[in-house]
Amino acid sequence: MTRPVRYALRLVSLAVALGLWQLLTSRDIDVWLRFSQFPTVTDVARTFADRLAGPDYWTDLTDSLTRILSGFLLAAVLGVATGVLVARSRLAEDLLGPVLEVVRPIPAIALVPVAILLFPSNEQGIVFITCAAAFFPVLVSTRHAVRALAPVWEEAVRTMGGGRWRVLGSVVLPGALPGVFGGLSVGIGVSWICVISAEMISGQYGVGYRTWQDYTVVDYPGVFVGMVTIGALGWLTSTTVELLGRRLTHWLPRTSYVPTAARPKPARAAGAAVSPAGAAVPEDTRAQPEEARDEHLVRD
Amino acid sequence: MSTSSATETRTTGGSGASPRGTRLTLRGATLGRPDAAAVSDVDLDVAPGEILTVVGPSGCGKSTLLRTLAGLLPPLAGTAEQDGHPIEGPGADRALVFQEDALLPWRTLRANVELPLAVQGLPRTERRSQATAWLERVGLAAQAGQLPHRVSGGQRQRAQLARALAGRPRAVLMDEPFGALDAQTRTGMQNLLVEVLRGTGATVVFVTHDVDEALFLGDRVALLGAGRATAVRAVPRPRDRTAYGDPAHVALRRDVLTSLGT
Repeated sequence: MTRPVRYALRLVSLAVALGLWQLLTSRDIDVWLRFSQFPTVTDVARTFADRLAGPDYWTDLTDSLTRILSGFLLAAVLGVATGVLVARSRLAEDLLGPVLEVVRPIPAIALVPVAILLFPSNEQGIVFITCAAAFFPVLVSTRHAVRALAPVWEEAVRTMGGGRWRVLGSVVLPGALPGVFGGLSVGIGVSWICVISAEMISGQYGVGYRTWQDYTVVDYPGVFVGMVTIGALGWLTSTTVELLGRRLTHWLPRTSYVPTAARPKPARAAGAAVSPAGAAVPEDTRAQPEEARDEHLVRD
Repeated sequence: MSTSSATETRTTGGSGASPRGTRLTLRGATLGRPDAAAVSDVDLDVAPGEILTVVGPSGCGKSTLLRTLAGLLPPLAGTAEQDGHPIEGPGADRALVFQEDALLPWRTLRANVELPLAVQGLPRTERRSQATAWLERVGLAAQAGQLPHRVSGGQRQRAQLARALAGRPRAVLMDEPFGALDAQTRTGMQNLLVEVLRGTGATVVFVTHDVDEALFLGDRVALLGAGRATAVRAVPRPRDRTAYGDPAHVALRRDVLTSLGT
């Protein structure tokens, strides 16, 4: 499938969802699920346009983004550092392991009281909760990724005379990167959940705060504007993480990267269909140039 | 350490003057992991600049022997020495070549070969030119920019060989480096190895389970089996393909095979 076709399909997916929503709400359909009270797409769009024109929307947006980015980046750094430490050092594992394992099951949003007690301002409390949410997925996946590294890579660097830091920089960090990005992808998702929830509970400004305000004054289109904003921002940030991850781990062997069109099929495919053993023939002829080249290089 | 003098010679280029080989000695050594000794009571003396092949069935402790000489595993008893000094850890003067997939998959072949030079603190341009020279020597000039998984197994092993030799080690420890290759590629690799080793003066300990490979490459062959080093035999006319029909060679081959069979 070509690129434009795939993008078109993605647009169609969104358009169909919106169309269905508009249809159900504008016809006031009530079949057990009650869409009559639901704002229509056009209502939401109108409110959205109004909000975009006002100053509050953008303040909310930048506030939420600042909170999530600071919390998430902090979590990424701390999570990777702690994960590597715990995976590489038995002492660190014994010292930090039990504390981390006890704190890990506590949902980050349940840390709101702790945040209120600990931090002088709401702002720092929200960043703390966001950070706590993303920290554990990053920590756990980093720990696993570091433990799963092939020992030969480390041994190779050590027999080159490389020390601890060289092994860390040349083997551990790059080798663990695919796993770390798995954790970051999960982390950015949980971060959004927590930043929005924390804003709803204790925020001043922010998309979560605004959405909850709209709900308390029964402004349903406003609530939906908030939800759409959260969805779009979440998508934006996780796509950024995803793309960054793909770029940094471009070295991973990926089958999907092999262009399927490059496979030679013409003339020979007809011959293969005739002879029963034909399937093996193109395989051999394709392998030959490589081997021939090998030998040639060895001889001279 | 010898690194400073080695660095001077290295600047002359890929095939310049060579550092001296090193003497590796095991005395009454028991080798293995602390919970499982693999070989006991090994006495082995590898002379500077010689190629010693170690042959034995799989699981007899060949890799353990190499890892001990590399300094990755301390001997459980006895001593492991380099030029009379106990080996206390891995070092740049004893390079290890692994059976497969020891190239860092996120580095191109060139960047892999540059790694030991980077560890030694060479400036970037110097690293680049030396790595390129080494890749040319092993016939990989065209693949220098490729990632390891994009090239064939034989090419990966050639890159690994280049990486090991680029650091100008005084000893090269090879752990069945051609074990995963098909017979034809393997013969080519053996010829290549002989050629690139020429002039480096490095001591080589080459582990294999292939008797013919051991007899072709080695000045001497050490036999390992049943948890012990059973014998060390000198090879007549090493690295000479025409020696294959030589009666002395045939007799040695028969001896080695029988002693491994028991």
